[in-house]
Amino acid sequence: MNSVEGLLTQIRGLSSTASDVLSLQNVLKQADESLHAESTRLLPFLDQLDPSKHSLGYLYFLEACTAGPVTTESASSFVLIIARFISSCVAEQIRLAPDKFISVCKRFKDQVLLLEEPLRGVAPMLTAVRKLQSSTEHLTTLHPEFLLLCLLAKCYKTGLSILEEDIFEVDQPRDLYLYCYYGGMICIGQKCFRKALELLHNVVTAPMSTINAIAVEAYKKYILVSLIHHGQLSTSLPKYASGVAQRNLKSLCLSYMELANSYNNGKIADLETYVQANMEKFGSDNNLGLVKQVVSSIYKRNIQRLTQTYLTLSLQDIANTVQLNSPKEAEMHVLQMIQDGEIYATINQKDGMVRFVEDPELYKTCEMIEHIDLSIQRLMTLSNKLTVMDELISCDPLYLGKAGRERQRFDFDDFDSVPQRFNI
Amino acid sequence: MDGEDDAPKSLMEEMYANGIEGVDDAPSSSTSTTILKNRPIISGEQLDIEAYAALYSGRTKIVRLIFLADHCDNSGMQLEALRMAYDELKKGENTQLFREVVQKIDGRLGPNYSMDATWCAMVDRKADQRKDKLESELNAYRTNLIKESIRMGYNDFGDFYYAHGALGDAFKSYVRTRDYCTTSKHIIQMCLSAILVSIEMGQFAHVTSYVSKAEQTPEALDPPTIAKLRCAAGLAHLEAKKYKLAARKFLEVGPELGNSYSEVIAPQDVATYGGLCALASFDRTELKNKVIDNINFRNFLELVPEVRELINDFYSSHYASCLEYLGNLKSNLMLDIHIHDHVETLYDQIRSKALIQYTHPFVSVDMRMMADAFKTSVAGLEKELESLITDNQIQARIDSHNKILYARHADQRNATFQRVLQTGNEFDWDVRAMLLRANLLKHEYNLRASRKI
Repeated sequence: MNSVEGLLTQIRGLSSTASDVLSLQNVLKQADESLHAESTRLLPFLDQLDPSKHSLGYLYFLEACTAGPVTTESASSFVLIIARFISSCVAEQIRLAPDKFISVCKRFKDQVLLLEEPLRGVAPMLTAVRKLQSSTEHLTTLHPEFLLLCLLAKCYKTGLSILEEDIFEVDQPRDLYLYCYYGGMICIGQKCFRKALELLHNVVTAPMSTINAIAVEAYKKYILVSLIHHGQLSTSLPKYASGVAQRNLKSLCLSYMELANSYNNGKIADLETYVQANMEKFGSDNNLGLVKQVVSSIYKRNIQRLTQTYLTLSLQDIANTVQLNSPKEAEMHVLQMIQDGEIYATINQKDGMVRFVEDPELYKTCEMIEHIDLSIQRLMTLSNKLTVMDELISCDPLYLGKAGRERQRFDFDDFDSVPQRFNI
Repeated sequence: MDGEDDAPKSLMEEMYANGIEGVDDAPSSSTSTTILKNRPIISGEQLDIEAYAALYSGRTKIVRLIFLADHCDNSGMQLEALRMAYDELKKGENTQLFREVVQKIDGRLGPNYSMDATWCAMVDRKADQRKDKLESELNAYRTNLIKESIRMGYNDFGDFYYAHGALGDAFKSYVRTRDYCTTSKHIIQMCLSAILVSIEMGQFAHVTSYVSKAEQTPEALDPPTIAKLRCAAGLAHLEAKKYKLAARKFLEVGPELGNSYSEVIAPQDVATYGGLCALASFDRTELKNKVIDNINFRNFLELVPEVRELINDFYSSHYASCLEYLGNLKSNLMLDIHIHDHVETLYDQIRSKALIQYTHPFVSVDMRMMADAFKTSVAGLEKELESLITDNQIQARIDSHNKILYARHADQRNATFQRVLQTGNEFDWDVRAMLLRANLLKHEYNLRASRKI
């Protein structure tokens, strides 16, 4: 107990300036084991520390307290304590011990899930993420935890706000896979299929040395979203996808590939029979909702094809071509598509005719010019970023070493820029 | 374009005259009776088998007659063809085909046309004797190592096998003469024999390679040989479904061909195949330059006036009569061994071209008038146009309510803006993904490197 008391005094004393905090960190690291040994009795000591001033010390104590298994009685009290800590802690201090912070937050998530109130965890986790990130482009281990809570609590909009930011730095590949997978699911829930496709594409084409289950599940969803959004699926993964993925993914998602094939054939009856036959399979992957959306999207695809060929068409003809049951159904479909902005048309109910018009966008308005201008700016920044990164890597000694070693295998011209001393 | 002799001038006058009159003009005004050198064989009327068979000689005559018998419905024509095949076979030495023909006749032509076993046995015996003789001669030549004799020995073997229907052995023998050829003439002889056997066997890949071999000889070839080689090349392309190349080859065949290649092809066939392939695959300028204004080819077209008429009708936009001629010719074309499985494709292509050409100059087209011009119903026409539009061969849209086809010219400005924005988005996506992946790779690499260190 004395050591704990002593530790407490040190914490209170050394938490004011940055250099003090650093020395405090060393002290805490040495005392870590003893703290863990006393984990069950540390709870009352927490009241003596102020989370906003003594964040680092509080963190160590808290981590030791929550290191044990989670139980329902302790869960509710801990949830309150951790939530308060997260909202009031100081970002710079906790960044000194990121893994401790992460483990505390993970415990928090487990407790919230145990209490079956994921909604309570969403806001604190969001604050935690913001405090842990060194910049908005940085992906932490907490990001996927946060998205998981959003998914379970069904508050997709909060999740979307995090997803808006571009990620360029990643700590652990596994974080990225989970983040993109959950992010994809959130976007699907919000019907932003384009963003979902982007995120799932990142998982599927990420460099990986062995196939993992996240990539497989992500690929299944990717196939379905690709069919809904684009109406087609590119049969091969791009060149930059890892070799492991290219070889194995398709064979692991066979029924989905079959679905894509029968979608491409365009016969709605075949598609529906196939879906019926494989209901349990899709259900066991929790993809039944998406599959149903795929089936309804085939009607849309066919109607869109008609806009390319016809100027006016009767509702009866539309119903026949797209294999709907009656002109009324055709009218409803077309109406829905007009409202969603997927086609431009007018319905003449008197004659039972639909008149397709061209996209009325004339690209002459100020908003459009502004939009184009902003896009150009954004792309230029991105391009600069790419150049900077390229330069950085070219100067990286590890890379140069590897390039120098590989010199014999390639043309002399390719590696002319690599200085001689790297020719190992 | 500058052909100033009388025959083309009258044709040209006709074309201008037809342009003034309405779209669906009766075909009567365009069939001028030019003096025909030979009777039209491939025509709309029922095939005259004797005249047809007279165009060919050798093995191809028999094969064509058998094909005719297999594929025509008229039993009178069938028996006629089989009878002629029987007579022709009796003059030759191919007992295999003889047995086949006898089986097909099945006694329907009376006792004179039944199985003549004695004749077969005699022919086979003679064949064995001849074969032994040839073999011993060849062995003698080979021991003596006289190149010319060895070459002739293999050649005789090739001829022998060909006469007896053993095509594979014939081909092998002909090819063996290659090592003993000394002059270009020998090489050409070998190539022509190899080509003949390959065509009979249906292996057109060999045909192409031997044609190019023959054309590569340093000596200049005489015109009939050039014509023969071009015909063979054309046939090979036709089989390979490369209609444009086939058309070009057939159109280059000179009038020196005459009847010198009757073991393979008749001049009427050159005209028919060349004309149809050209119509299906050439665009308008090429059609005019290479077919209509081609003086050499005109001689061939005279032999098949219906093909000539239909080409002219197509060029002058008389689609109804053009399609009518095509319809009439179809039954006879289906009886031809080389073109029968290409007829459907060629016809579809010609019809599509006609539809596209019809709509090309107009901003809007009344589909009812167009259906009349093509002698089809409006609904059928709508379906055809729909598939052409989906394939992007016609730039137009259908107003199904009023049954009008409107030409649609893409708005370049809008299309450019759309493409620009789309490219921007794609670039954005690609670069961001790339940066992310680079980061992951660097991370993994650092991890590996740090583990090593």
